[in-house]
Amino acid sequence: MVDKSAVGATDEPFDIEVERGKILEFARATKSDNAAYLDDPTPVSPPTFLVTGAFWGGQGGSAFRKANLDMRRVLDGGREFVFHGPPPRAGTKLTAQTRLEEIYEKEGKRGGTMTFVVAVQEFRDEAGRLVAEHRSTAIETGRPPAEEKNG
Amino acid sequence: MTATMTWDDLAEGTEAAPREVGPLTRTDFVKYQGASGDFNPIHHDEEYAQSAGFPTVFSVGMLQAGILAAYATDWLGADNVRRYGFQFREQVWPGDTLTCRGAVTKRYEEGGERLVDLELTCTRQTGGAAVKGWATFVVP
Repeated sequence: MVDKSAVGATDEPFDIEVERGKILEFARATKSDNAAYLDDPTPVSPPTFLVTGAFWGGQGGSAFRKANLDMRRVLDGGREFVFHGPPPRAGTKLTAQTRLEEIYEKEGKRGGTMTFVVAVQEFRDEAGRLVAEHRSTAIETGRPPAEEKNG
Repeated sequence: MTATMTWDDLAEGTEAAPREVGPLTRTDFVKYQGASGDFNPIHHDEEYAQSAGFPTVFSVGMLQAGILAAYATDWLGADNVRRYGFQFREQVWPGDTLTCRGAVTKRYEEGGERLVDLELTCTRQTGGAAVKGWATFVVP
Protein backbone atom coordinates (compact mmCIF):
# COMPACT_ATOMS: atom_id res chain seq x y z
CA MET A 1 0.00 0.00 0.00
CA VAL A 2 1.42 3.35 -1.03
CA ASP A 3 1.94 5.78 1.85
CA LYS A 4 0.49 9.10 0.69
CA SER A 5 1.82 10.93 3.74
CA ALA A 6 5.29 10.55 2.19
CA VAL A 7 4.60 13.43 -0.25
CA GLY A 8 7.16 16.15 0.41
CA ALA A 9 9.74 13.73 1.85
CA THR A 10 13.27 14.47 0.65
CA ASP A 11 16.50 12.52 0.14
CA GLU A 12 19.87 13.70 1.40
CA PRO A 13 21.25 16.34 -1.01
CA PHE A 14 24.55 15.59 -2.78
CA ASP A 15 27.02 17.57 -4.88
CA ILE A 16 27.81 16.83 -8.50
CA GLU A 17 30.35 18.42 -10.81
CA VAL A 18 29.65 18.25 -14.53
CA GLU A 19 32.86 16.90 -16.13
CA ARG A 20 34.04 17.02 -19.75
CA GLY A 21 35.36 13.44 -19.81
CA LYS A 22 32.06 12.09 -18.55
CA ILE A 23 30.20 14.13 -21.17
CA LEU A 24 32.42 12.66 -23.92
CA GLU A 25 31.84 9.13 -22.62
CA PHE A 26 28.09 9.67 -22.26
CA ALA A 27 27.68 11.30 -25.69
CA ARG A 28 29.60 8.47 -27.40
CA ALA A 29 27.62 5.82 -25.50
CA THR A 30 24.38 7.39 -26.72
CA LYS A 31 25.67 7.50 -30.33
CA SER A 32 25.93 11.26 -30.70
CA ASP A 33 28.35 12.77 -33.20
CA ASN A 34 27.54 16.31 -32.09
CA ALA A 35 30.59 18.61 -31.99
CA ALA A 36 28.89 20.53 -29.16
CA TYR A 37 29.52 17.47 -26.97
CA LEU A 38 32.65 16.00 -28.55
CA ASP A 39 34.79 18.98 -29.62
CA ASP A 40 33.89 21.90 -27.35
CA PRO A 41 36.46 22.31 -24.50
CA THR A 42 33.62 23.15 -22.09
CA PRO A 43 30.76 21.16 -23.60
CA VAL A 44 27.12 21.43 -22.63
CA SER A 45 25.76 18.19 -21.14
CA PRO A 46 23.33 15.89 -23.00
CA PRO A 47 19.62 15.91 -21.98
CA THR A 48 19.73 12.74 -19.83
CA PHE A 49 23.31 13.26 -18.57
CA LEU A 50 22.31 14.15 -15.00
CA VAL A 51 21.58 10.47 -14.29
CA THR A 52 25.37 10.30 -13.79
CA GLY A 53 24.63 11.75 -10.35
CA ALA A 54 24.69 8.03 -9.46
CA PHE A 55 28.50 8.40 -9.30
CA TRP A 56 28.25 11.32 -6.84
CA GLY A 57 26.13 9.72 -4.18
CA GLY A 58 22.75 10.00 -5.84
CA GLN A 59 21.61 6.44 -5.31
CA GLY A 60 18.14 7.20 -6.54
CA GLY A 61 14.99 5.42 -5.55
CA SER A 62 15.10 6.20 -1.85
CA ALA A 63 12.36 8.83 -2.19
CA PHE A 64 10.29 6.10 -3.83
CA ARG A 65 11.10 3.74 -0.96
CA LYS A 66 9.64 6.28 1.47
CA ALA A 67 6.33 5.89 -0.37
CA ASN A 68 6.43 2.18 0.52
CA LEU A 69 5.86 1.02 -3.07
CA ASP A 70 5.49 -2.71 -3.62
CA MET A 71 8.39 -3.11 -6.04
CA ARG A 72 6.98 -6.38 -7.45
CA ARG A 73 4.07 -4.38 -8.89
CA VAL A 74 5.93 -1.28 -10.08
CA LEU A 75 6.23 -0.09 -13.67
CA ASP A 76 8.39 2.77 -14.91
CA GLY A 77 5.88 5.48 -15.82
CA GLY A 78 8.38 7.67 -17.63
CA ARG A 79 10.85 10.44 -17.00
CA GLU A 80 11.18 14.08 -17.87
CA PHE A 81 14.16 16.45 -17.77
CA VAL A 82 13.50 20.20 -17.64
CA PHE A 83 16.21 22.86 -18.10
CA HIS A 84 15.80 26.47 -17.00
CA GLY A 85 18.24 27.69 -19.65
CA PRO A 86 20.88 25.70 -21.56
CA PRO A 87 21.79 22.36 -19.90
CA PRO A 88 24.73 22.70 -17.48
CA ARG A 89 28.21 22.85 -19.05
CA ALA A 90 31.39 21.06 -18.02
CA GLY A 91 32.80 22.71 -14.89
CA THR A 92 29.39 23.48 -13.40
CA LYS A 93 28.98 22.52 -9.75
CA LEU A 94 25.47 21.51 -8.77
CA THR A 95 23.66 20.31 -5.68
CA ALA A 96 20.97 17.70 -6.28
CA GLN A 97 18.10 16.74 -4.03
CA THR A 98 15.13 14.47 -4.66
CA ARG A 99 11.68 15.17 -3.27
CA LEU A 100 8.52 13.08 -3.44
CA GLU A 101 6.34 15.50 -5.36
CA GLU A 102 2.96 13.91 -5.90
CA ILE A 103 0.92 10.73 -5.42
CA TYR A 104 -2.34 10.16 -7.28
CA GLU A 105 -4.52 7.29 -8.42
CA LYS A 106 -6.17 6.26 -11.68
CA GLU A 107 -8.40 3.35 -12.54
CA GLY A 108 -6.42 0.96 -14.76
CA LYS A 109 -7.95 -1.00 -17.62
CA ARG A 110 -6.61 -4.35 -16.47
CA GLY A 111 -4.81 -4.07 -13.18
CA GLY A 112 -7.37 -2.36 -10.91
CA THR A 113 -6.38 0.93 -9.29
CA MET A 114 -3.00 2.26 -10.38
CA THR A 115 -1.09 4.53 -8.03
CA PHE A 116 1.26 7.10 -9.61
CA VAL A 117 4.20 8.27 -7.52
CA VAL A 118 6.16 11.24 -8.88
CA ALA A 119 9.63 12.13 -7.60
CA VAL A 120 11.54 15.22 -8.72
CA GLN A 121 15.29 15.62 -8.45
CA GLU A 122 16.26 19.30 -8.46
CA PHE A 123 19.71 20.53 -9.51
CA ARG A 124 20.80 23.96 -8.21
CA ASP A 125 23.99 25.88 -8.95
CA GLU A 126 26.24 27.50 -6.37
CA ALA A 127 24.01 30.60 -6.31
CA GLY A 128 21.02 28.41 -5.48
CA ARG A 129 19.47 28.93 -8.91
CA LEU A 130 17.33 26.03 -10.18
CA VAL A 131 19.20 24.74 -13.27
CA ALA A 132 17.48 21.45 -14.03
CA GLU A 133 14.80 19.06 -12.82
CA HIS A 134 14.55 15.33 -13.39
CA ARG A 135 11.07 13.97 -12.80
CA SER A 136 10.39 10.21 -12.55
CA THR A 137 7.04 8.50 -12.31
CA ALA A 138 6.62 5.05 -10.77
CA ILE A 139 3.31 3.26 -11.19
CA GLU A 140 2.16 0.67 -8.67
CA THR A 141 -0.32 -1.56 -10.45
CA GLY A 142 -3.28 -3.31 -8.84
CA ARG A 143 -1.72 -6.69 -9.52
CA PRO A 144 1.77 -7.80 -10.61
CA PRO A 145 2.54 -6.98 -14.25
CA ALA A 146 2.95 -10.13 -16.33
CA GLU A 147 5.42 -9.73 -19.17
CA GLU A 148 5.36 -5.95 -19.17
CA LYS A 149 8.75 -5.39 -17.60
CA ASN A 150 10.51 -2.18 -18.44
CA GLY A 151 14.19 -1.46 -19.06
CA MET B 1 26.96 18.63 -36.38
CA THR B 2 25.74 22.14 -35.72
CA ALA B 3 22.11 23.13 -35.56
CA THR B 4 21.35 25.21 -38.60
CA MET B 5 17.58 25.03 -38.45
CA THR B 6 15.88 28.40 -38.31
CA TRP B 7 12.44 29.50 -37.14
CA ASP B 8 11.21 29.55 -40.73
CA ASP B 9 12.40 25.97 -41.29
CA LEU B 10 10.39 24.61 -38.37
CA ALA B 11 6.73 24.89 -39.33
CA GLU B 12 4.39 22.57 -37.47
CA GLY B 13 4.56 19.14 -39.08
CA THR B 14 8.22 19.51 -40.12
CA GLU B 15 10.02 16.16 -39.77
CA ALA B 16 13.68 15.51 -39.07
CA ALA B 17 15.52 13.01 -41.28
CA PRO B 18 15.23 9.59 -39.57
CA ARG B 19 18.38 8.12 -38.00
CA GLU B 20 19.11 4.41 -37.88
CA VAL B 21 21.25 3.14 -35.01
CA GLY B 22 22.61 -0.37 -34.66
CA PRO B 23 22.54 -3.30 -34.68
CA LEU B 24 23.05 -2.77 -30.94
CA THR B 25 25.49 -5.08 -29.20
CA ARG B 26 26.06 -6.16 -25.62
CA THR B 27 29.10 -3.88 -25.74
CA ASP B 28 26.79 -0.92 -26.42
CA PHE B 29 24.80 -1.81 -23.28
CA VAL B 30 27.98 -2.07 -21.20
CA LYS B 31 29.34 1.23 -22.53
CA TYR B 32 26.13 2.97 -21.51
CA GLN B 33 26.12 1.31 -18.10
CA GLY B 34 29.67 2.53 -17.53
CA ALA B 35 28.79 6.02 -18.73
CA SER B 36 25.62 6.32 -16.65
CA GLY B 37 26.45 4.42 -13.47
CA ASP B 38 23.46 2.06 -13.73
CA PHE B 39 25.06 -1.36 -13.19
CA ASN B 40 21.93 -3.51 -13.06
CA PRO B 41 23.31 -6.96 -14.03
CA ILE B 42 20.18 -7.78 -16.04
CA HIS B 43 21.73 -5.74 -18.89
CA HIS B 44 25.10 -7.56 -19.06
CA ASP B 45 25.08 -10.78 -17.02
CA GLU B 46 23.65 -13.61 -19.13
CA GLU B 47 23.13 -16.02 -16.23
CA TYR B 48 21.46 -13.35 -14.13
CA ALA B 49 19.09 -12.36 -16.96
CA GLN B 50 18.15 -15.98 -17.61
CA SER B 51 17.59 -16.70 -13.92
CA ALA B 52 15.15 -13.76 -13.95
CA GLY B 53 13.24 -15.45 -16.79
CA PHE B 54 14.59 -13.55 -19.79
CA PRO B 55 16.04 -15.29 -22.86
CA THR B 56 19.16 -13.12 -22.65
CA VAL B 57 20.32 -9.68 -21.50
CA PHE B 58 18.44 -6.66 -22.81
CA SER B 59 19.26 -3.00 -23.29
CA VAL B 60 19.06 -0.30 -20.64
CA GLY B 61 15.89 1.74 -21.25
CA MET B 62 17.89 4.89 -20.60
CA LEU B 63 20.29 3.96 -23.45
CA GLN B 64 17.59 4.16 -26.12
CA ALA B 65 16.14 7.22 -24.34
CA GLY B 66 19.61 8.77 -24.55
CA ILE B 67 20.00 7.81 -28.22
CA LEU B 68 16.66 9.50 -28.95
CA ALA B 69 17.76 12.59 -26.98
CA ALA B 70 21.02 12.81 -28.94
CA TYR B 71 19.07 12.54 -32.19
CA ALA B 72 16.94 15.53 -31.12
CA THR B 73 19.87 17.68 -29.94
CA ASP B 74 21.84 16.84 -33.10
CA TRP B 75 18.86 18.24 -35.02
CA LEU B 76 18.02 21.38 -33.03
CA GLY B 77 21.13 22.11 -31.00
CA ALA B 78 22.61 20.82 -27.76
CA ASP B 79 22.30 24.22 -26.03
CA ASN B 80 18.68 24.69 -27.07
CA VAL B 81 16.89 21.84 -25.31
CA ARG B 82 14.62 22.92 -22.45
CA ARG B 83 12.55 19.79 -21.90
CA TYR B 84 12.94 16.13 -22.79
CA GLY B 85 10.49 13.51 -21.56
CA PHE B 86 9.81 9.93 -22.53
CA GLN B 87 8.14 6.65 -21.71
CA PHE B 88 9.54 3.20 -22.27
CA ARG B 89 7.57 0.75 -24.41
CA GLU B 90 9.10 -2.46 -25.83
CA GLN B 91 12.38 -3.86 -24.58
CA VAL B 92 15.42 -3.65 -26.86
CA TRP B 93 17.51 -6.78 -27.43
CA PRO B 94 21.03 -7.48 -28.72
CA GLY B 95 20.98 -7.27 -32.52
CA ASP B 96 18.11 -4.78 -32.63
CA THR B 97 18.34 -1.84 -35.01
CA LEU B 98 16.61 1.33 -33.84
CA THR B 99 15.17 4.14 -35.92
CA CYS B 100 14.71 7.60 -34.43
CA ARG B 101 12.13 9.99 -35.83
CA GLY B 102 11.07 13.46 -34.80
CA ALA B 103 8.55 16.08 -35.86
CA VAL B 104 7.50 19.57 -34.81
CA THR B 105 4.06 19.46 -33.18
CA LYS B 106 3.83 23.10 -32.05
CA ARG B 107 5.66 26.33 -32.81
CA TYR B 108 5.08 29.29 -30.49
CA GLU B 109 6.52 32.26 -28.63
CA GLU B 110 6.52 32.39 -24.86
CA GLY B 111 8.37 34.60 -22.39
CA GLY B 112 10.17 36.37 -25.22
CA GLU B 113 11.52 33.09 -26.64
CA ARG B 114 10.72 31.20 -29.80
CA LEU B 115 9.95 27.58 -28.97
CA VAL B 116 9.06 24.35 -30.72
CA ASP B 117 7.55 21.21 -29.20
CA LEU B 118 8.59 17.89 -30.72
CA GLU B 119 7.15 14.42 -30.86
CA LEU B 120 9.91 11.80 -30.89
CA THR B 121 9.88 8.05 -31.41
CA CYS B 122 12.50 5.32 -31.29
CA THR B 123 11.26 2.15 -32.96
CA ARG B 124 12.73 -1.34 -33.28
CA GLN B 125 13.23 -3.08 -36.64
CA THR B 126 9.93 -4.87 -35.95
CA GLY B 127 8.12 -1.52 -36.11
CA GLY B 128 7.35 -1.68 -32.39
CA ALA B 129 8.05 1.45 -30.36
CA ALA B 130 10.89 1.21 -27.84
CA VAL B 131 10.64 4.81 -26.59
CA LYS B 132 8.04 7.51 -27.07
CA GLY B 133 9.37 10.96 -26.30
CA TRP B 134 8.55 14.63 -26.36
CA ALA B 135 10.75 17.71 -26.16
CA THR B 136 10.78 21.49 -26.16
CA PHE B 137 13.60 23.47 -27.81
CA VAL B 138 14.28 27.17 -28.07
CA VAL B 139 14.97 28.34 -31.61
CA PRO B 140 17.59 31.13 -31.44
